[in-house]
Amino acid sequence: MVFLSHLISGVSLGGIYAIIALGYTMVYGIAKMLNFAHGDVIMVGGYACFFMVTYYDLPVAVGVLVAMAVCTLLGVSIERLAYKPLRRAPALAVLITAIGVSYFLQNAAQLLWTSNPRVFPSVVGNTSLNLFGGQLSISSTAIVTISICVVIMVALTWFTSKTKTGKAMRACSEDKAAAQLMGISVNTTISMTFAIGSALAAIAGVLLCSAYPTLSPTTGAMPGIKAFTAAVFGGIGSIPGAMIGGILLGIIEIFGKAYISTQLSDAIVFFVLIVVLLVKPDGLLGKRVQEKV
Amino acid sequence: MLKVDDINVYYGAIHAVKGISLSVDEGEIVTLIGANGAGKSTILQTISGLLRSRTGSITFLDENIGSVAPHKLVQRGLAQVPEGRRIFLQMTVAENLEMGGFTQKSSELGEDLERAFTLFPRLKERRSQIAGTLSGGEQQMLAMGRALMSHPKLLMLDEPSMGLAPILVEQIFSTIVEMNREGTTILLVEQNAQMALSVAGRAYVLETGNIVMHGDADDLADNEEVKRAYLGG
Repeated sequence: MVFLSHLISGVSLGGIYAIIALGYTMVYGIAKMLNFAHGDVIMVGGYACFFMVTYYDLPVAVGVLVAMAVCTLLGVSIERLAYKPLRRAPALAVLITAIGVSYFLQNAAQLLWTSNPRVFPSVVGNTSLNLFGGQLSISSTAIVTISICVVIMVALTWFTSKTKTGKAMRACSEDKAAAQLMGISVNTTISMTFAIGSALAAIAGVLLCSAYPTLSPTTGAMPGIKAFTAAVFGGIGSIPGAMIGGILLGIIEIFGKAYISTQLSDAIVFFVLIVVLLVKPDGLLGKRVQEKV
Repeated sequence: MLKVDDINVYYGAIHAVKGISLSVDEGEIVTLIGANGAGKSTILQTISGLLRSRTGSITFLDENIGSVAPHKLVQRGLAQVPEGRRIFLQMTVAENLEMGGFTQKSSELGEDLERAFTLFPRLKERRSQIAGTLSGGEQQMLAMGRALMSHPKLLMLDEPSMGLAPILVEQIFSTIVEMNREGTTILLVEQNAQMALSVAGRAYVLETGNIVMHGDADDLADNEEVKRAYLGG
């Protein structure tokens, strides 16, 4: 029963990683860049929801929608201002720019909202579901998190496999020049990807702050890195890979904490990543990238 | 229909296309032949906007397209079957075709798919198969079917015979003639000069970035120099 309870916590945490990892992997798949500012977009989403709910007393749903709108705008603006001018620049220049944007967001947040941690209100309630005569208790946060993850995964799978825009995204991620010859605008598609990834980051931000209710300008940094790890673990560029990678990473982290060592849990997570990459360098579901001659 | 006037294209310091001019009239099949590295693909990519010329102009349907984004040219009626086919290997046959019709109304997709399947019945059998699992000939058919989905006025084909068995080459070329008969103007780039000259009305011969000869395709096929250099005797 304890095992089951840890498993549920793991899936719940992993679901948040998965949602963040989707943003990394979609952007990587299409723009072929690692958007290290993605984690900090989560933090901005958290603050947006926090202010809506605590300062303006708006319902949580409105807070989440505002957070999504703010993050979408932020993500698309970051791409337009920071990454688009570097479309033909070497990958390293784009990577360093992304790290720069990440620091910029963290410091801007510190300037605007101070570095004092805020206590995030419990947006999903504090009740829990008791099963097996109280032996197994599942928090409402876990239930909401897992349900939202499932909805997002189903919706995103439907979007990329059934809609014209979703298919155009896959076409762009496979071959940008050929996609242009089909009449697909690569710039519009990249903007769209940043918009979706950032909106998901806002949801992840709210869920993360509900599970771990402190919010500070560096809140997004560690989950961002872990979700990036999850995306690599699952095979970067692969949407199902990000989902599986995220959930597995969450489970490994919680089990590591519960059965091995609380202090070492992060080290265990990264150790597993290293082992997976040694055995399967493209990640669990990664596609082997063929070098074009 | 298409008029290319004095274009110069560079890859870094390499001068790949040196002041070339050519034209294609409505209803024609025009071919651009030449050895590997002569600049044939570079010319096509410059017309479709993937590369830019430093000089001159490119006019399509009386409009200068020299600085129009490649994805916007598709709406204007220009389609390209790129070298090496460049189909979306991880998408299904039907999805590839649907991408070809990206600029078209969704309501006409079904009709356009049927048209592509009539031209290439093999694709119909394999419509839900992942494109990467198709044979080379089928991939070429898919690339051509995909380009036709946008109802192009001018279709540019880059080395459609590359890597195909002779029987498939025959089939691909007879389809090109058929597409032309149905009203699509064709600009064909080929290393297989013999096949290209047999279907084309006019031809340009390209050597290291320069047009060295042009004229009636039949005349060029009889030309001693062309025979020696490109037709193996």
